[in-house]
Amino acid sequence: MKKNQVPQDDGSLAKKNISELCYAVDENGRYTTVHSTGWEAKTLALNESLQLIEERIADTGHAVLAGKVSPIAYYMELHRMDVALLASYVGIHRWFVKRHFHPKRFLKLKEKTLQKYADVFGITIEQLKAPVPNPNT
Amino acid sequence: MKIDFEHHQSAHCENGVISNLLKYRGIAISEPMAFGIGSGLFFVYLPFIKVNFAPGFSYRPMPGKIFRRLAKRLGIKVHHQRFSSPERAKVILDEKLRQGIPVGLQVGVYHLTYFPDEYRFHFNAHNLVIYGKEAENYLVSDPVMDYPTMLTEKELERVRFAKGALPPKGHLYYLERLPDNFDLEKAIKKGIRQTCNDMLAPVPIVGVAAMRWVARNIRKWPQKIGLKKTNHYLGQLIRMQEEIGTGGGGFRFIYAAFLQEAGTLLNNPALTQHSEEMTGIGDAWRDFALDISRIYKNRKSGEDVYERLADQLLDIAKREKEFFEKLKRCV
Repeated sequence: MKKNQVPQDDGSLAKKNISELCYAVDENGRYTTVHSTGWEAKTLALNESLQLIEERIADTGHAVLAGKVSPIAYYMELHRMDVALLASYVGIHRWFVKRHFHPKRFLKLKEKTLQKYADVFGITIEQLKAPVPNPNT
Repeated sequence: MKIDFEHHQSAHCENGVISNLLKYRGIAISEPMAFGIGSGLFFVYLPFIKVNFAPGFSYRPMPGKIFRRLAKRLGIKVHHQRFSSPERAKVILDEKLRQGIPVGLQVGVYHLTYFPDEYRFHFNAHNLVIYGKEAENYLVSDPVMDYPTMLTEKELERVRFAKGALPPKGHLYYLERLPDNFDLEKAIKKGIRQTCNDMLAPVPIVGVAAMRWVARNIRKWPQKIGLKKTNHYLGQLIRMQEEIGTGGGGFRFIYAAFLQEAGTLLNNPALTQHSEEMTGIGDAWRDFALDISRIYKNRKSGEDVYERLADQLLDIAKREKEFFEKLKRCV
């Protein structure tokens, strides 16, 4: 990659005033470092992956509103986690975490257990129990 | 308290931390040099491990490996420590800072508050240096950032004890003893030789063979798992190759920079010539990423798109195979 070929497209890094370092060849064929604000190709790839996450969050949100799963599943998706990861954060075996996805079992959970989930998601128990935001809005 | 530590931005976190810590102690090892001696160039395909709902690809060895190899090859003694209790992890960190030692930490990315939201994934092998503490804030030199930042005690505890794959468990490290003199030539040669062996390894999940395996799978994916998933898998490949930390082209440009530096240092024109060739291979990887991204952009599909991508990857694999066979002979 030549120094003047380093892409300077708008990326998500530029928003936080960060640029990344790329290695490129200067006019004399020597390697130097060049700051880059982003590259369209990888922004597209990143967006594709973020879109997938958004879809999963929306789907789970619908499922919660339909009474198929508990809000824990929704907040798990919101925090880009999977069951195994959530289980290790709350310190509950993943078999039980999966059971807590069941809306009826969720209602019977003890305060102590709910608090563990709420802490991991950075919300209060009331927020955890409250209806999740409507994915369509 | 603040240690007089100079922040230098780098392309990749691990090399950046190594290079910055060594520079602080007066040893000028550039990022590419650290990368090359630590045999950082790699390719691995782990189809049976799913990361973000796609198979695992990596263009570098296991986190921490580069540092450990570099330390061994230069005779540097590094102290590593992991903790089961967050309190103890904090006490030791504060103690080292009071002694005036900048400390490297392994952290999870997800809770790093200064990162843009888009980059906050559950990835636990990020590295940064803590070089001081003011009031309740730690002074952070994160090598991928342009400027030094800060984290509160609570935030730092959170990232040090992130969960998931490769949990950091408060992992901290600092340079304990530096050698009086080291043989850079020997270290460079050893680093190059190991990279060649890794890339040419007769195992299907590593090196050139792994690239060929990925190419074969790209042909199969559209029928087997559908277009949507195929595109997602390919997206993962680009992200691993180009996202912050690689310096572009899946570390190939950093490696070319290393070969150039080594060529000048050892007065070996063959290495300089190989550097140019590596740049060409890096460019081929960039083109590959660009062609994948066109699928998202134009939404054009059709089987032949994937066939062509597979051919492209096979071609890169062939070039790298020849490259490393030649490189191996010249050290």
